Amino acid sequence: MFGERAFRALLVASTLVVALLVVGLFVTLSIGSVPSMGRFGLRFLVSTTWDPVREIFGAGAFIVGTLLTAFIALLVSLPFSMGVGILLGEYYNRGVLAQAISVSIDLLASIPSVVYGFWGVAVLVPLVRSIEMRAGVTPYGVGIFTSALVLAIMIVPYSASIGSEVIKLVPKEMKAAAYALGSTRYETVRNVVLAYARSGILAGVMLSLGRALGETMAVTMVIGNVSRLPATVFSPGNTLASVIASEFNEASGRLHQSSMIELALVLFLITTAINVGAYRAIGRLRDARA
Amino acid sequence: MRKASNVRARLIKDRLFSVAVFVPGVLVVVPFLLVLYRVVKNGVQVINWSFLLSLPKPVGEAGGGILNAVLGTVMVILIAGIISVPIGVSAGVYLAENRRSRLAGITRLCANLLQSVPSIVIGIVMYAWLVVPLRGFSGFAGGIALAIMMVPVIVKQTEESVLLVPGTLKEASLGLGAHYSTTVLGIVLPTSMSGILSGITLAGARVAGETAPLLFTAFGNPFYNFNIFKPVSAVPLVIYTYATSPYPQWTRMAWGASLVLIVVVLALNVVVRLVKLSRRSLFEG
Repeated sequence: MFGERAFRALLVASTLVVALLVVGLFVTLSIGSVPSMGRFGLRFLVSTTWDPVREIFGAGAFIVGTLLTAFIALLVSLPFSMGVGILLGEYYNRGVLAQAISVSIDLLASIPSVVYGFWGVAVLVPLVRSIEMRAGVTPYGVGIFTSALVLAIMIVPYSASIGSEVIKLVPKEMKAAAYALGSTRYETVRNVVLAYARSGILAGVMLSLGRALGETMAVTMVIGNVSRLPATVFSPGNTLASVIASEFNEASGRLHQSSMIELALVLFLITTAINVGAYRAIGRLRDARA
Repeated sequence: MRKASNVRARLIKDRLFSVAVFVPGVLVVVPFLLVLYRVVKNGVQVINWSFLLSLPKPVGEAGGGILNAVLGTVMVILIAGIISVPIGVSAGVYLAENRRSRLAGITRLCANLLQSVPSIVIGIVMYAWLVVPLRGFSGFAGGIALAIMMVPVIVKQTEESVLLVPGTLKEASLGLGAHYSTTVLGIVLPTSMSGILSGITLAGARVAGETAPLLFTAFGNPFYNFNIFKPVSAVPLVIYTYATSPYPQWTRMAWGASLVLIVVVLALNVVVRLVKLSRRSLFEG
């Protein structure tokens, strides 16, 4: 019977490892941030100075850059992901067109982020630069706006696939009832389908927001890597992830390194909070069905 | 009269909405095709046997390849797989077999959260866990970083596949007097194997393209390296370095490397999809 006990213990141990990994990440980041926390305190979160030479560090500019890129990306991607979600969930949930769209969405999600970044550098940056020239703003090409465009393309698959999944969950009887009362398809979608699937769609949007906030390589390659508060949406800047990716290996001193670990901690806390919210929303949907 | 125009307005609204759903729904395919087109067009010009089978050359010298990076990617993925598969599959089996336990609930949430941790954050933590204590960048550290990203995917996929195993099958095995471990290893796992394997493949395909967790762990290396405790290159790292370099020759090589990476990743995804489709028709038919 020893073997049986060992077998069960092995299963439990593996499960514990998975559960403890997240805790381990958090603890390690917290310990690494201690020197920076001790030096700058809460000012770290609002100060927009990032000066490795004078050893003054603040995350403000990067937090703004992160939120700005992610929310613009979300805004740009929303009509597309909602469109696909409704299309695949309600209008065409089978057939060749639906298959084609859902396959290419899956494949869109599987293209590595560094390839998106490279494509952004080669295609989007010159495009944005020529737009900026016409519009009369400084033609950097790289910057917050360009990053948001790449991010928008990258996050569409997440909210679209979750959106279509939850829309498929809407009970047929409810839709049939709406049609029987004389609703058009639009009215059915708006008043029944979307109303019913609301929390699930919100969860999908939040998950893709989490993706956008933490996305690293593509953003690092097209944002311009300037550690200043961006003046406009067309200015170059940095996000929490991109400054870590571009500077961590060159971190000069202990304080510089620790400040960057604190940036990682801030990023970890933001994305985790958003994801906990998203899973809550999904859980609520599941409970409502059960 | 008022009523008739009201109906017409509703129908027009309905049509407009269809358009508003269809147009973006179809447009979404466009960026995928654009990226694919650009990578294929620029990539095929570079790819030949010497590109796939030689080391990179210094700037200015013609030619050079990415074999060191390809071998490096194979190395870190193998390490990641060896570490993550046993842990992920065991945890997934536990979650499926003890659905309502407290530990299962917590672990399910933790797996979801782990999946959402930005990859760069995992890179930094691995730097603290492995690079600093081992006094140097290494393929091992890179492999562990990728393993941590694979684990939640494998856990979820395993749980899902194991849940599909009919309870009667397990009861039959236990009823015949088989041990729990025999039942799991001999009945449950083989029955759910195709689902688990597709999960492992998808997880591997996903991390094969990851760059951020390797920046501070595997680091990169312009030479062959088969020692897992030394820095090692990887295809995504090479793409990043070359794509952001000012040399046109390197940029061209980055397209070649991108094509290699995309072909492998997309092929793995398509294979998994096809297997899933054929399995489904098998069960239905």
